[in-house]
Amino acid sequence: MMLEHILVLNAYLFSIGIYGFITSRNMVRALMCLELILNAVNINFVTFSDFFYSRQLKGNIFSIFVIAIAAVEATIGSTIVSSIYRNKKSTRINQSTLLNK
Amino acid sequence: MILSVLSSPALVSGLMVARAKNPVHSVLFPILVFRDTSSLLLLLGLDFSAMIFPVVHIGAIAVSFLFVVMMFHIQIAEIHEEVLRYLPVSGIIGLIFWWEMFFILDNETIPLLPTQRNTTSLRYTVYAVKVRSWTNLETLGNLLYTYYSVWFLVPSTIFKALSWGVSLLK
Repeated sequence: MMLEHILVLNAYLFSIGIYGFITSRNMVRALMCLELILNAVNINFVTFSDFFYSRQLKGNIFSIFVIAIAAVEATIGSTIVSSIYRNKKSTRINQSTLLNK
Repeated sequence: MILSVLSSPALVSGLMVARAKNPVHSVLFPILVFRDTSSLLLLLGLDFSAMIFPVVHIGAIAVSFLFVVMMFHIQIAEIHEEVLRYLPVSGIIGLIFWWEMFFILDNETIPLLPTQRNTTSLRYTVYAVKVRSWTNLETLGNLLYTYYSVWFLVPSTIFKALSWGVSLLK
């Protein structure tokens, strides 16, 4: 009974993260929605590993690596956002259209 | 009951991340989501993962984003005039995802439709758990440093790339 509640909750958080990532005009909001996506995926992995692979913990170990990748990508993303803000003074996503011609 | 009490703020806060007017609020609402997901892990009995998730996600990731947002005075108001433009197409794509899940999840192992399950007829107690049970940390360490030790060393190259990237972007 608990398994599908957690799965549905994380699927909902994943879809909300994708929705916010696509429709956000702010770079910081897009990066926070990316963290939401990765967190929802992590809890799904850990839930599946708890219910099906209790001796081997495969999902739990993979979620450790996903946490590491999320932390790295958050740091690099915030560095890039801050350097873009320093150059262009705004954090809108659709401001760089120089390649459109 | 505890599950629904702990997970309902996650539902609301997840939506508020995408829809908050102030960008500072959209960095603060995931903190509530991370707190709720770590409490879900506590209900599953995984104590180590439930403690590591707030430490990494809230303490490192959300705090660094908070630094970025609050140091740079990112503009406050976002005009949501074209939010509903994407809703028909993305709604259809979301429904196709949801419909495809029913092909993958068969009802025997992961029940999605309400089924009559007889969970109280057989009782099998595992006595090995009562003698000495492994903690979550012990089981993770048993696997991570022996069988998956090469996998454990590979993210060190990713952290190397992180340090190079941060130092080059300064």
